Amino acid sequence: MTGRGFLPALPALILLFVFFLFPVVRMLGFSLEGGTLDWYAKALGEQLYLRVFWNTFEIALLVTFFCLLLGYPLGFLMATTTPFWATVGFIFVLLPLWTSVLVRTYAWMVLLGRNGVFNRTLMEAGITTDPIPMLHNFTGVLIGMVHVLLPYMVLPIYGAVRKVDPAIPAAAAGLGASSFAIFRRIYLPLTLNGIFAGSVLVFVLSLGFFITPALLGGGRVMMIAVLIEQQVREALNWPFAAALSAVLLVFTFAVYAMAQRFTRSEAEAAR
Amino acid sequence: MSASGSADLLIEGVGKRFGDVVALDHVSLQVAQGELLTILGPSGSGKTTLLKVVAGFETPDAGRVTVGGVEITALPPAKRDIGMVFQNYALFPHLSVAANVAFPLEMRNVAKPEIERRVAEALAMVELKGYEARLPRQLSGGQQQRVALARAIVFNPRLLLLDEPFGALDRKLRETMQLEVRRLQRRLGLTTIFITHDQEEALVLSDRIAVMNRGTIQQIATTTEIYERPANDFVADFVGESNIFHGTMSAPGMVVLDGGRALQVRSDKPAGAKVGVLMRPERFAPSGANAFSGEVIESVYLGTSFKLRLACEGGPELLVRQPARGALPAAGARVTVGIEPESIHVF
Amino acid sequence: MRTPPSRRLLVIACGLIYFFLMLPLLVVFPISLSSAPYMQFPPPGLSWQWYERYLDDPQWIDATWRSLYIGAATAIFALALGVPLAFALVRGRFFGRVLIDRLALAPVIVPTIILSVAVYGLFAKLKLIGTWYGLVIAHTVLALPFVVLVIVAGLRDFDRSLEQAAEGLGASRWRTLSRVTLPLLRPSLVSAGLLAFISSFDEVVVALFLAGANMTLPKKMFDNILMEIDPTIAAVSVMQILLVSVVLVLIGRFGRGLKDSAR
Repeated sequence: MTGRGFLPALPALILLFVFFLFPVVRMLGFSLEGGTLDWYAKALGEQLYLRVFWNTFEIALLVTFFCLLLGYPLGFLMATTTPFWATVGFIFVLLPLWTSVLVRTYAWMVLLGRNGVFNRTLMEAGITTDPIPMLHNFTGVLIGMVHVLLPYMVLPIYGAVRKVDPAIPAAAAGLGASSFAIFRRIYLPLTLNGIFAGSVLVFVLSLGFFITPALLGGGRVMMIAVLIEQQVREALNWPFAAALSAVLLVFTFAVYAMAQRFTRSEAEAAR
Repeated sequence: MSASGSADLLIEGVGKRFGDVVALDHVSLQVAQGELLTILGPSGSGKTTLLKVVAGFETPDAGRVTVGGVEITALPPAKRDIGMVFQNYALFPHLSVAANVAFPLEMRNVAKPEIERRVAEALAMVELKGYEARLPRQLSGGQQQRVALARAIVFNPRLLLLDEPFGALDRKLRETMQLEVRRLQRRLGLTTIFITHDQEEALVLSDRIAVMNRGTIQQIATTTEIYERPANDFVADFVGESNIFHGTMSAPGMVVLDGGRALQVRSDKPAGAKVGVLMRPERFAPSGANAFSGEVIESVYLGTSFKLRLACEGGPELLVRQPARGALPAAGARVTVGIEPESIHVF
Repeated sequence: MRTPPSRRLLVIACGLIYFFLMLPLLVVFPISLSSAPYMQFPPPGLSWQWYERYLDDPQWIDATWRSLYIGAATAIFALALGVPLAFALVRGRFFGRVLIDRLALAPVIVPTIILSVAVYGLFAKLKLIGTWYGLVIAHTVLALPFVVLVIVAGLRDFDRSLEQAAEGLGASRWRTLSRVTLPLLRPSLVSAGLLAFISSFDEVVVALFLAGANMTLPKKMFDNILMEIDPTIAAVSVMQILLVSVVLVLIGRFGRGLKDSAR
């Protein structure tokens, strides 16, 4: 470390080294206990645990898809509306974002439960006779996670749409393009970076998600994070938890690395 | 207020490079006490770097900077007592007009009542009385400039540096401010360096002009000298409109241009010398010792004058300005003009 | 201007999506005021009983206070470390700057569960489980990226000529920092501090592992949700939402970089 202006970084670096880097590396070291890769073989070899990884991927992909589906219109509208409505839109996105995940998860339990708001309403309206199971299953986890992660999709897309010079779509309209054509030929290609950034963020955050699957899954929807927690707190199996963590970490970084590569070549192409 | 602190400036052999780029190539110049020297040059000529070296924001690789006989080359900016007006004024947006002007006095631990007195005096000088409590963003561009000026002179600096301060103003306001700055500078007797890329502005304001290009000073001279007798092609071309040719002295008082055309000039350069020839467009008359006739390629009406581009027979293309009298010669028309030997500058 | 039908469709769709986003926040209000002894919707009548139950229960109040001061300490600590780090990242010219930049943002990329388990393992050895300062340390690691992101953005937009002007006018380095740089950065500092506070105040996963018997508010809520769903949680939720709203208003009024906060 040579050069100017390094010193102010030192206190924070010490904190990060001692209470972040060191404990993580130390914990990951447990997975190699006894000098074998047995715990990795178990994590990646046994049907039971492979299913958990597969589940996690499936949920992360679906969450990303739905976040994109719901997030693009929101980001687009916020970026193209008047400043007043954009501010209102921001409040409606940021308020849930900064509200405790627990509050939101609890609210979904209230809404989705057997005797919850939705089922009551449906039955009272005579649409169904028996409650539809929406909680403690795949659907519940999916709804809860999309709700929690949606803002992370909206904000990058908002930023990308904001960057499009309003004169460009106006020119396209002047040249006779329909609304749909303007979206497909102008906005979509020009906001690809925002779509990509949001999707990567949501996907990676989904992979390591804990609270929502733990509460809304009711023990029936197993994701890696929940499995790691169980291995540490219930089974006290540190080496296995460490191996699972290492695999999760590798996946997370791999997705980021690919994303970085993609955005860099994009940036170079744009130059 | 008096500028008793004002001192002369000496720059000796100052060099600065950024990587492979030579920003300053051993620049030397002197500014007398109370003088206003303009450093004129295109962007990238090194003029801003030179100003930063004087202000202390860049450390030169070589050379010395001396103010009033004391070397300041290694002194931090805070210790230099140099007032500076930045290109964008750099007014502190969170401080009122009065607090902005008081800032340098506070930094010098001047007593409160004294600060108030001097701030009032400085604001009166730039005609901003009554604006004390305003924030910079509540002022117009010209007013912001006056605050920046007041702030730069309130502490009786030894030197005043002006870094393209008029760039953001519209033409009318710029002219007013130029005259005001000049008046104030004269009145305070402040040694001043003024940086600009605008040659007209330089001619209006300066005692002397230093023309810079590619990190070196091309010429330092009075305004008339720079305009009438530029030292080289660059200066001749950069300052004002010009017709520049190259040729050889065939005899004392006679040049043969590279195209073959002979001209009578006033020059004691020896025969055989390679020379540059400058003819200012406004020096042409309907007739003269050296006559040119040619076809008008382009003609523009400029209110007080006509600007013509002539293609002369067997020779050069000329830019000519004539008083706007009669009809504007149309393209294709034939025109004859002349220029006297003493109106031609040979260098 | 006439609204084209496609635009109207977009507005309707977004209205529904906003409804989806806000629904969970809105639903806890009526439940928290319910007079029924258990979760029932719509509530048969109105009462303050769940708020009274929250305020009368020393466990809830303890947890709330603990979360408040842990959040405050985290904000102070994260600012004290994160602001100098941001200065070094933006203004420093040293070897390894890019690497440090990555490291500073890593705590948001590394899944929280991994960080929690890892720190849990270390703190168990160091006997830091159940201490408030142990939680502050872990929360500071998590809050640091927010502070760095917001302050870096603030510094990038900062007009350096103002600092040069101050120095040229006779201000020392220190006085330039205290009279010009920090006052002008204040909106970013406010945002960064409030975001650090909220990120700690809301944090569950780390607290789940490190808090031990000394409950923070989110941990107490988590345990309650697992055990019994009674509307006290709704009352707590309402207060949490109101607190976040206040913080967002504060950021909007005195801060900046709200849009950067989630990137």
